[in-house]
Amino acid sequence: MAEKVVKATRESFGEALCELAKTNKDIVVLDADLAAATKTSIFQKAYPERFFDCGIAEGNMIGVAAGLAACGKIPFAASFAMFATGRAFEQIRNSVAYPKLNVKIAGSHAGISTGEDGATHQCLEDIAIMRAIPNMTVINPADHYEMLGAVEAVLKIDGPVYLRLGRLAIESVNNNDDYKFELGKGVTLRDGKDVTIIATGLVVREAVIAAEQLAEEGIDARVINIHTIKPIDEDIIVKAAKETGRIITFEEHNVIGGLGDAVASVVAEKCPVTVKKCGVYDRYGYSGPAKELLEIFGLTAPGVAREVRALLGK
Amino acid sequence: MNSNEKQELKILACKARIYALEGIFNAKSGHPGGSLSAADIYTYLYYKVLNVDPADPQMENRDRFVLSKGHCCPSLYAVLALKGFFSLEELPKLRKVGAMLQGHPDMKSTPGIDMSSGSLGQGISAACGMALAGKMDNKDYRVFTLLGDGECEEGQVWEALMFAAHKKLDNLCAIIDCNGLQIDGTVEEVGGIEPLDKKLEAFGFEVFKMDGHDFDSIEAAVNGVLSSASGKPCAIIAKTVKGKGVSYMENKVNWHGAAPNAEQYEAGRKELLAQLESLGGVL
Repeated sequence: MAEKVVKATRESFGEALCELAKTNKDIVVLDADLAAATKTSIFQKAYPERFFDCGIAEGNMIGVAAGLAACGKIPFAASFAMFATGRAFEQIRNSVAYPKLNVKIAGSHAGISTGEDGATHQCLEDIAIMRAIPNMTVINPADHYEMLGAVEAVLKIDGPVYLRLGRLAIESVNNNDDYKFELGKGVTLRDGKDVTIIATGLVVREAVIAAEQLAEEGIDARVINIHTIKPIDEDIIVKAAKETGRIITFEEHNVIGGLGDAVASVVAEKCPVTVKKCGVYDRYGYSGPAKELLEIFGLTAPGVAREVRALLGK
Repeated sequence: MNSNEKQELKILACKARIYALEGIFNAKSGHPGGSLSAADIYTYLYYKVLNVDPADPQMENRDRFVLSKGHCCPSLYAVLALKGFFSLEELPKLRKVGAMLQGHPDMKSTPGIDMSSGSLGQGISAACGMALAGKMDNKDYRVFTLLGDGECEEGQVWEALMFAAHKKLDNLCAIIDCNGLQIDGTVEEVGGIEPLDKKLEAFGFEVFKMDGHDFDSIEAAVNGVLSSASGKPCAIIAKTVKGKGVSYMENKVNWHGAAPNAEQYEAGRKELLAQLESLGGVL
């Protein structure tokens, strides 16, 4: 087993950039005055000549990234998910994704676990916004190891990618030595026949813990980790629908437009079964410590376990 | 520039206007006003300044041109075609289904287009990125971008200007096509961007001015940019006439984004053909 790591995926992101930049000279990193928070500061320290702070001007940062990419660079442009995908949506859509330029957008502090900063900074719409853009790949790693693999994998894509980064330190789930990040492939973390929990990002580990608890109660839950939300692994979803008959999606995101809708689309078209979407129910968050908020919003193992029992009528 | 060269540029710009008007008429849509105001600037850049090769549009060390005011592409397309980036036969298909020439520039479909643009305010940021890449790699190419005066109402333009000056992108030149009009009226009425020269200077640019329809004036300003040793990015404020060359369109706000009907088209074409003839040019 690989070592269990408790780390925020933003930190893993910064480390991965540094490591990959050793051999890939085209990597450049842009930030919008949040380098210390997005952890691009790790890269900045190691490669100051390839790091550009664009100041608090996200729209321009994305445009600059587009221009760099048009000249052969591989820019990673980072900000909070809220501002990267919200403020700069149209720059991403028109200057990056439409011409399919090789820009990687990193949205840190995604989700409710941003915590004390409150609703204005807790982005719960980024996956929906990015999924809706043609040419865009959307990845939401669940832990340290997955983030390391994801950053390496996106270098092999000649086109735009959105990477979701979390603020909160979380315990790794992919501790098996043979773990390998495969773009576009879901990962079955636990087999089961009664129901499937399909989770993404920070709540994946919660889904695994929930499944262990449910097993003790006689409920055999499959757990699938979807790190690549677009393009989504249709096969693993259809297989789960066929074999377990019921699906619960689980994400730290609005239930509108995120993983839940992506899974439901696949299921509705290919193998209609009940899909219960578990996430943030079309509302804003508020200030508070991340862990408390995750509990209040049901984004924990007990939270998803409750939903599973309700779905199974137990 | 000798008088023969100047005559040649005038002929090319006139042809670009004729093709732009034809494309817009065929498409029954497009933006004649700004296409006509920018035609001389495109012509000068592509024939006298930019180090580009129509046979190798992706040439690594080429100068870049980003049309930030993307809607004014019909006359840019004409100049690119005249220069040999693609066939003149593409021009009448402007904006048609399946056409190479999109309503706004598409770098993926059109040889010679360095950046997709059309959403105002975004092109200049991409131009900054290209200039920054040149600096990083110690390349000596330059990046030119053309903006509209109305476009300067976009906040992103000023983000980009600040960025360019802060990063000392002296390989960047932003030309502002000041034709004085935008969709809803005069720029003075709608947005009030003046004093543009003082604003650009305050944002860290070395500012030049030119008459955007006088090749001597264009040459003087561009030479100023090319020989600048200030270490600052440069801007050129180009005084132009919206609709230049087609008398009934000149300085008329309603010709921003409207296509001429058959009668109007014939009148405009006739006028431009007469100009071409008087210059000694043939289509």
